[in-house]
Amino acid sequence: MTSSTTEIFEQIREILSPFNQKGVEIETSTTFATDLELDSLSVMDLLAAIEDHFDVTVPLNILPDLENVGQVAEAVKNILDE
Amino acid sequence: MTFDLFEKFDSTLENFNKLPTGELNPFTVSMDEVLSPTEAMINGRKTILAGTNNYMGMTYNKECMDAAEQALKSFGTGTTGSRVLNGTYNGHKVLEETLKDFYEVDHAIVFSTGYQANLGVIATIAGPKDYVVIDADSHASIYDGCAMGNATIVRFTHNDPENLDKRLARIRRKDPEAGILVVIEGVYSMLGDQAPIKELAEASKKHNAFVLVDEAHSIGVFGKTGRGVAQEQGVEHLVDFTVGTFSKSVGTVGGYCVSNHPKFEVLRLVCRPYVFTASLPPSVVASANKALELIKDSNLRVKLLENSMRLNRGLSEAGFNMGTTGESPIAAIIIEEQDTAIAYWQNMMKEGVYVNLAVPPATPNGLNLMRCSLSAAHSTKQIDYMLEKFIAVGKDLGVLS
Repeated sequence: MTSSTTEIFEQIREILSPFNQKGVEIETSTTFATDLELDSLSVMDLLAAIEDHFDVTVPLNILPDLENVGQVAEAVKNILDE
Repeated sequence: MTFDLFEKFDSTLENFNKLPTGELNPFTVSMDEVLSPTEAMINGRKTILAGTNNYMGMTYNKECMDAAEQALKSFGTGTTGSRVLNGTYNGHKVLEETLKDFYEVDHAIVFSTGYQANLGVIATIAGPKDYVVIDADSHASIYDGCAMGNATIVRFTHNDPENLDKRLARIRRKDPEAGILVVIEGVYSMLGDQAPIKELAEASKKHNAFVLVDEAHSIGVFGKTGRGVAQEQGVEHLVDFTVGTFSKSVGTVGGYCVSNHPKFEVLRLVCRPYVFTASLPPSVVASANKALELIKDSNLRVKLLENSMRLNRGLSEAGFNMGTTGESPIAAIIIEEQDTAIAYWQNMMKEGVYVNLAVPPATPNGLNLMRCSLSAAHSTKQIDYMLEKFIAVGKDLGVLS
């Protein structure tokens, strides 16, 4: 079963809600550092939640390339497709 | 558009500049004179040192100082060379023999700092096709070792063997042959909690992963002969690599890694943080060597943990929200607001107690802490004084009702 990036994004939006303390409207362009004001440790915690939800390994190595939610959805899609 | 490389630090500077200058700034303290392992002159005031990680008080141990002085006179102030070129003296070899004896292992390598030991070992032994799986609350040196190497880095929930098992299973499902290094710490320095090494190591072995335990805050403190938490828990046979430091219980500076891996010594050729830096000065090596000999048979551990329990219990009974239990040498009060934590630190300093103000990202879960690390050299009188001042300041600031 393969999911589209949009479906993955919708699921990540759900996973993000406990991290979204400011109640920001989540778009693919929403950034972690500026829009959501998450520090690097919180972003890593978010990735852990995403790993468990999709049952995949999301290596910390890709963290520097993940600025916004859309990029995370794209990364998870790539990992699922591998 | 700017080309200033320093623009990225503007928000850090902005926060730093909000702090007062001079003696009320928690990050610019300098000690004018050190009187003992537990006291110094700071801003003209005699101050109790409550956060030095000088667990055994070894910095002023007579035998260690004599050994250092002797080495200084015989071998000079520094080696000016790498361990591989000009920088290995007899003392370095002796120290490695002492470590082998201390841990009863086949191999020991000494690094110039504990930070470099983690950096070097993790970055070197885990290559591009391998995985490093680290505890989420790992020390910066572990994260930096991961960043320096080429392995795939995976993080598991702090001290959670099931979570580790799940992540290792995912890796194995995808990559049955990969080398995997699991990295944990014996004691986590901010809240003093111990790793459940047995459960974590068993989960690792189930997936054929190697286990590295950083005993930086536990060497000297735990175990029958002071080897650390793995010895305390009776699980040393499950540990493949032990990393540690000389800058806490051992009372000087330097780091090490010990192992029974038959090919371990090759690290002397391939580990860049070992090769491309100057080796430890002879005086440092001599005092570390002496301190290890003393730690092995010492009962200072008992005194240290009694001290810690006395402070932890006192603070807890006074009604503080504690991050620690007293089962390690750390005592940490959780302070809700960062501004209150800073004010707390400043008031303690005025009362002559120098504690650690610990704030994120150095702390887990975004906590602000007033952190003490006890020493066996603290007197009961000093601990009671600290306790009295913590309570007085806590009432002043409304942290205690």
